[in-house]
Amino acid sequence: MTLDETDRAIMHATQAGLPLTPQPYQRIAEQLGLTAEIVMTRMTAMQEQGIIRRIGAVPNHYKLGYRFNGMTVWNVPDEVIDDLGQQVGKLEFVSHCYHRPRHLPEWPYNLFAMVHGKTQTDVDQQIRQISDLLGDANLGCEVLYSTKILKKTGFRSRG
Amino acid sequence: MDEIDRRIINALQVGFPICDAPYQRVAGQLGLTEPALLERLQALLDNGTLSRFGPLYHAELMGGALTLAAVKAPPEHFDEVTDIINAFPEVAHNYARNHALTMWFVIATETPEQIRQTLSAIEQQTGLTVYNMPKINEYFVGLKLEA
Repeated sequence: MTLDETDRAIMHATQAGLPLTPQPYQRIAEQLGLTAEIVMTRMTAMQEQGIIRRIGAVPNHYKLGYRFNGMTVWNVPDEVIDDLGQQVGKLEFVSHCYHRPRHLPEWPYNLFAMVHGKTQTDVDQQIRQISDLLGDANLGCEVLYSTKILKKTGFRSRG
Repeated sequence: MDEIDRRIINALQVGFPICDAPYQRVAGQLGLTEPALLERLQALLDNGTLSRFGPLYHAELMGGALTLAAVKAPPEHFDEVTDIINAFPEVAHNYARNHALTMWFVIATETPEQIRQTLSAIEQQTGLTVYNMPKINEYFVGLKLEA
């Protein structure tokens, strides 16, 4: 899968957002000297290839009342992490789920799952649900809450 | 935020069509007019309820590199360490968390080599050990928060 100049130009023109005009793809095309047809074809192809994860709205958690955003981290045996990680990722309250490296001895956790709730009780229940799912494979866990956003910018590619 | 805003937010988190007049199509599905949808979307972006609206690109597939890293910033130097780390344009997000590893940040660069350079520059300037935790496998990425 390779991106050419046209794909990159479209990416740069849209990574800050889609124009809020009746024909947004036409607008992007005009900016880039392309046809709307080409912009739509390329964006459809990028979406099919997973380069565009999705086109949509990203809400601010806090503004929607999700004040409890926990990074749950689990120590799970390596042999079963792929299977269990996929199952945890399917829980509807998990927004991100990854296998990451341990840093022994202080950081034994290799499975990361972000959870979101409007109350502490909601989040506690979500954590219990993950713990139940992992069963005996749960060798330890911690939940890290963000206490302050120190920096937050969009991802911008300069490539 | 009223019931119509909630419906807009919930619908647009799932996806958005690629067609000549996508707002008109979505407005029709939501029982709104196109100008009403555009006006509400603009307001939701302006007041920060939505942090963005548009295509979400997969950084690594675009040829970029990403990692999550953490440091144990001592409380007495917390602000100083924050300033050093935030000054790197490669640092996209940075959060304080309730743990011995007090500061967690995401680094986004064009190449894996630049990740290594940024991590070592942060170690050098802060004098702290950086715990690098790049993803080994991604099981799920996708956010749908019921509004």
